[in-house]
Amino acid sequence: MLTQTSKKGDLLLLLGFVLAVAFGPIILQPFGAGYPDLLQKFAIFGIFAIGFNILFGLTGYLSFGHAAFLGVGPYTAVWSFKLLTMNVVPAIIFAVVVSGVFALLIGFVSLRRSGIYFSILTLAFAQMSYNLAYSVLTPITNGETGLQLRQHDPRVIDTMFGINYGAELPSTTLFGIPMSGWSGYYFCGVVLIIMFYISMRIFRSPFGMMLRAVKSNQNRMNYTGLNTRPYTLAAFVISGMYADLAGGLMAVTDPLAGAERMQWTASGEVVLMTILGGTGTLLGPVIGAGAIKYFENIFSAFNEGTLLQIFSFLPEGLQHAAVSVAALFVGEGWHLTLGALFMIIVIFLPGGLMEGVNRIMRLFTKSGSGGSSPQATAQPAE
Amino acid sequence: MPILTVRNVNKRFGGLKALNEVNLEVEEGTVHAIIGPNGAGKSTLLNCFVGRLEPDTDTVDFDGTSLLGIKPHEINQVGVSRVFQTPEIFGDLSLVENVMIPALAKRDGAFKLNGWSAMNGETELRQKSMEMLGDLGLADQAEQQASQLSRGDKRRLELAMCLIQDPKLLLLDEPTAGMARADTNNTIDLLKEIAKRGITMVVIEHDMHVVFSLADKISVLAQGTVIAEDLPEKIKGNPKVQEAYLGGAHL
Ligand SMILES: Nc1ncnc2c1ncn2[C@@H]1O[C@H](COP(=O)(O)OP(=O)(O)OP(=O)(O)O)[C@@H](O)[C@H]1O
Ligand SMILES: [Mg+2]
Repeated sequence: MLTQTSKKGDLLLLLGFVLAVAFGPIILQPFGAGYPDLLQKFAIFGIFAIGFNILFGLTGYLSFGHAAFLGVGPYTAVWSFKLLTMNVVPAIIFAVVVSGVFALLIGFVSLRRSGIYFSILTLAFAQMSYNLAYSVLTPITNGETGLQLRQHDPRVIDTMFGINYGAELPSTTLFGIPMSGWSGYYFCGVVLIIMFYISMRIFRSPFGMMLRAVKSNQNRMNYTGLNTRPYTLAAFVISGMYADLAGGLMAVTDPLAGAERMQWTASGEVVLMTILGGTGTLLGPVIGAGAIKYFENIFSAFNEGTLLQIFSFLPEGLQHAAVSVAALFVGEGWHLTLGALFMIIVIFLPGGLMEGVNRIMRLFTKSGSGGSSPQATAQPAE
Repeated sequence: MPILTVRNVNKRFGGLKALNEVNLEVEEGTVHAIIGPNGAGKSTLLNCFVGRLEPDTDTVDFDGTSLLGIKPHEINQVGVSRVFQTPEIFGDLSLVENVMIPALAKRDGAFKLNGWSAMNGETELRQKSMEMLGDLGLADQAEQQASQLSRGDKRRLELAMCLIQDPKLLLLDEPTAGMARADTNNTIDLLKEIAKRGITMVVIEHDMHVVFSLADKISVLAQGTVIAEDLPEKIKGNPKVQEAYLGGAHL
C-alpha cells in the first residue's frame, strides 16, 4: 500500500496542492466558483475533512460527533475577538487549544468502545453539546441568538495598543490586514496548506503506520507490545483539533457563533465528504469537501424560476411536470441529489473520487510500468 | 531455573472446566512442547500466559514477574511473544510493515507520538525487517499486502513478527499447521536455530514429527489436566498418554 512512498512524489503532491490553492480563483473561475466566499468554504471544510480522515481513514474509528468540535471553534474564536483582540491569530490558537481539551475528554470516554458503539457515543456527545449550548451554557453561547460581536466589547489587547474601531462594528484582522474577501481566502488557503502538510507527515510517520495497524488488527497490536488506546486517543484529539481549527476559521470570516453547526447533520456531512473523496487517502477528503460544497452551492441556488427557464424549450404542460420533478432535487431538496451522487460513487467507485482519479491516471500511464504498489486498496476482500 | 512457572491454574467456561489445576515449569533456554488431543485446553493455557484470558486462580510467573492481571501489551514488553493458532497479522499492510511494527514496538515501547518523523528514514529498521523476512523465505513478497498470503505463509510472517522482537519466551500455537511438508521442515530448522540462540519456547503441536525434532521436554494435556510430563523418549511409552490419544493408538 503506502509503504514505499517516494519523497519526490510527496514533494510534487505538495507543490501541486500549493499551486491549486494559489491559483484556485483562476482555475475555478470557469466553473462559477472563483469567488472568495465559496473558495473559503472549500478550504475550511477541506481542513475539517483532512482532520476527520486522520481518525476515520487511518484508524477506522467512525466518529459521528465531529460537528461538536467544529461548533466549539467559533465560540472560542468569537470570545477571543470580544475579550482580547480582533486579531485572528490568538482566536485560532485558543480555538485549537480549547477543543484539544474537549476532544481529550470526549475521546477518553468514547474510545472505551469501538465500532458502532463508538459512533453512537460520539453522536451522543455531540447532540449533548448542541443541547447544552441552547440551555445551561447560554451565558457563554448566547443561546439561539448566537454569540455576536458588540461595539462595546472590552478587547483588552486592542485597547492596550490603542486600536479603536470607532462607532462601527469591528472586523477581524491579521495584524492589520482585514480578513475579508481575497485576503480572507488566502489566509484560509495558507492554513489549509499547512494542515495538509501536517497530515502528510502523519501519514508517512511511524505513528501513522501504527494508526493503520489499529484499523487492521488491534489484537495483534496488543500482543505485539503496543498500547492501542493512546494511539486512538491521539488520533481523536488531533482530528478534533483540525475540526476546531476549521470552526475557528469560520468565525474569522464571519464572526458569529451559533450552535446549529454542532448538529448531527454537520457530523454526517464530513463523513460523506471523506468517503466521497476517498477514505484514507491524502487528497481525497479535500476533494470530497470541495465537491460537496460546490454542488451544494450550485444546486441549492436553483429555484423555480431558474428551473422554468431551463425547461422553457418544452411545451407548457411538460415544462411544469419537469419543473416539479426537478424541484425535488434542487434548492432545499439538494440533499436528495447529494444522496444519489453519494450512492453512485460508493457503488461504482468504492475508493471514492480518488479511485476514479487513479484509474484515469493509470489509463494514461498505461500497463502500469511504474505501478509497483499493488492496487488492492479498494477491492473487496476475496 | 524455570523462566516460566505456572501453578494451579484453573479456567472455567461456564460449566466446562477447560483447565484443571495445571502446573508447568519451563526451564530457561529449552523447548517445551505441549501436546494433547483436540479441545484439551492447550490454546486456553497459552491464552492465560499472554493476558487474553484471566485464569481463575494462582500463579503465572515469568522471569520473576507475575503475568496475572497485566495487559497483553505489557506482557509482550517484558519479553513474551506469541504465534496464534489462527494467524494474527496486519492484513491491510505490507509484509515489511508487518515486521516493522513489532520492531518499532520493541524499540520505542508501547506508545510513541512520533508523527513528525518519516518511515522512510527508518532505513536500519527496514533492513533488519527485510533480513528477517528473508530468513523466513518471504523476501520476495515483502511489498505485498499480507492478507493475500497463503495460510502457511501468514504463519511464517507471524513468526517473523515475533522473532524480530528477540523475545525471551516465544509461545507457538501450532506453528506448522497449514504448511506443506517442505515448509514444515524449514520451520523446524528455523526453530532449532532460534532455540540455539537461547530463546525459550513453548510449542503446541499436533505434528509429532515436529514435536520430537524440537522438544527438550513434553507435557501432555488431556481434558484440562496435565497427565504426563517427561523427556520426549519417555513420553512415547507412557500408557496414560497412549490412552489419551484415541484409546491407545500409537503416537
Ligand atoms: N472463549 C471460550 N469460551 C468458551 N469455551 C471455550 C473458549 N475457548 C475454549 N473453549 C473450550 O475450552 C476447551 C479447550 O479449548 P482449547 O482451544 O484450549 O483446546 P486446544 O487444546 O487448543 O484444542 P485444539 O488442538 O483443537 O486447538 C474446548 O472445549 C473449547 O471448546
Ligand atoms: Mg488450540
